[in-house]
Amino acid sequence: MKALPGDPVLNLIGERASPETIENIRKEIGADKGLAAQYMGYLGLLLRGNLGRSYYTNRDVLTDITLKFPNTLGLALAAMFIAVPAGILLGFMAAKRRGFIDKLIDTITISGLSVPVFWSAIIIMLIFSLKLRLFPPSGTGDIRFLILPAFVLSIPALASLARVTKTVIKDILTLPYIATAKAKGLSSLRVDIIHVFKNAIIPIVTIIGLDFGSYLNGAVVTETIFGWDGIGRFTMEGIIKRDYPVIMGCIIAGTVIFVIINLITDVIYHYLDPRIRLHGEEK
Amino acid sequence: MVKKNKSSLRLKLSLFVIILFFAVSILSPLLPIHDPYRIDLESLKKPPDIQHPFGTDNKGRDMFARVVHGGKISIGVAIIAAFVSGMIGFIVGVTSGYFGGRFDAVMMSIVDFVLSFPSLLFAVAISVILPPGIYTVMIALSAVGWTSFARLIRSHVLTIKTMPFIDAAKAIGCGRLRILLLHIAPLCIPISLVMMGIKLGGFILTEATLSFLGLGAQPPVPTWGSMISANRAYVLAAPWMVIFPGLAISITAFCFNMAGESLKTRYEFDKNSRV
Repeated sequence: MKALPGDPVLNLIGERASPETIENIRKEIGADKGLAAQYMGYLGLLLRGNLGRSYYTNRDVLTDITLKFPNTLGLALAAMFIAVPAGILLGFMAAKRRGFIDKLIDTITISGLSVPVFWSAIIIMLIFSLKLRLFPPSGTGDIRFLILPAFVLSIPALASLARVTKTVIKDILTLPYIATAKAKGLSSLRVDIIHVFKNAIIPIVTIIGLDFGSYLNGAVVTETIFGWDGIGRFTMEGIIKRDYPVIMGCIIAGTVIFVIINLITDVIYHYLDPRIRLHGEEK
Repeated sequence: MVKKNKSSLRLKLSLFVIILFFAVSILSPLLPIHDPYRIDLESLKKPPDIQHPFGTDNKGRDMFARVVHGGKISIGVAIIAAFVSGMIGFIVGVTSGYFGGRFDAVMMSIVDFVLSFPSLLFAVAISVILPPGIYTVMIALSAVGWTSFARLIRSHVLTIKTMPFIDAAKAIGCGRLRILLLHIAPLCIPISLVMMGIKLGGFILTEATLSFLGLGAQPPVPTWGSMISANRAYVLAAPWMVIFPGLAISITAFCFNMAGESLKTRYEFDKNSRV
């Protein structure tokens, strides 16, 4: 980290500061020590469950992250709340209908995966906040502040979920037991819900969990643009100010969250699929 | 393995647009368009007209020229990064699939390690360590991107390894290295190339995001991502400064994704291996 351009000390106090001041601050943040010593120092802190202090605000990074985490979680959950039902529905429709609707949904989902989040965020903000004045353009607060960023964040997740759902359901529809169920004279709604959907839900849940990383990715950009006070914006501010404890802390926190979500998904997966459960119990 | 289907029109159309975009941006110095660096204080933030089809930015620079020139870096970086990722993934995948054992275990745990980070955060972490610039973006993209290639090619090698012709090669006394280089590796080249095509759309987007975050090529060099980031503040007064670079990214990524999608169906990628 020391190798990078831009000196945090110079950023902090400006270029006209006296050499003594610079030296003092360097000592305070430990930048006067060697690279190896800095690294070992950081590892030591980490082992004690401490992420260090921000160079700028001198606040404890871990405290800040715990304060901002609920905001990011709220945003991610709101985005999932949009993406999950809409994505599954779109995928389901694309799998059931042939021809025009299928192609249309394909085009929509591929577009959803192709439009960069930072651009759609700016454009949506321009239209809905600056032109139509329906929502506040930025800030953290009640649901009015939440809707636009959650919507932007949900776009790529929605698109990838729809694509996976489509593939999974298409596969299931070709299986013999669906034909059997139809032959038994079950209504098509019943077949869809009990036979198709119940079997599709397992891979879909896995994808929702695995895609949680994409919410974290998207949050960096979305939170910055909409001024949402979460971990994503915190990371971005750290990058701009070269505030290394903050950057490192956010990356570590993001990774830990990502791993925990994957773990939770694995556990849910285990409960949803009786085959996996039985297999485990036999052992 | 190859299955013809009707998606080839989509493939051709997307490829046409991609090649058109890339050719125009590479040839941009030769084309009769404005200089993307020329500052013209007489025409600041002009809306699109015949002289400036995409308008001008806050320094009076022609947006059309900047978008066209920006494509060079944005598409070029993505292609190089995809190629480098493919090469690294190819070498790792082929060797660890063929040798197996402890080497395989170590390599696959490295892959799992990289994949356990949210990809953008990992790329950001790398870009922050290195000085910002296009090489940094390439390194960051490749450092994340090689993993999916390695996984795919490894599983491909595992299938090839069990085929009778490998036994035949062993029987006539081919050495391990010879089998690896002459019998297995060449069979993995097509799948790697297809995979590069599939991943390019993602590379374009990540490149744009890193540029947007200010970790890519530095001003005044135009890239699509950095233009949007720099022009963001003027979005209300001069929306064209943001709309056109974004459209360029979206259309390019869309065509790459469309082409990738056609390739996927054409070469029947295993649906269960998330690529």
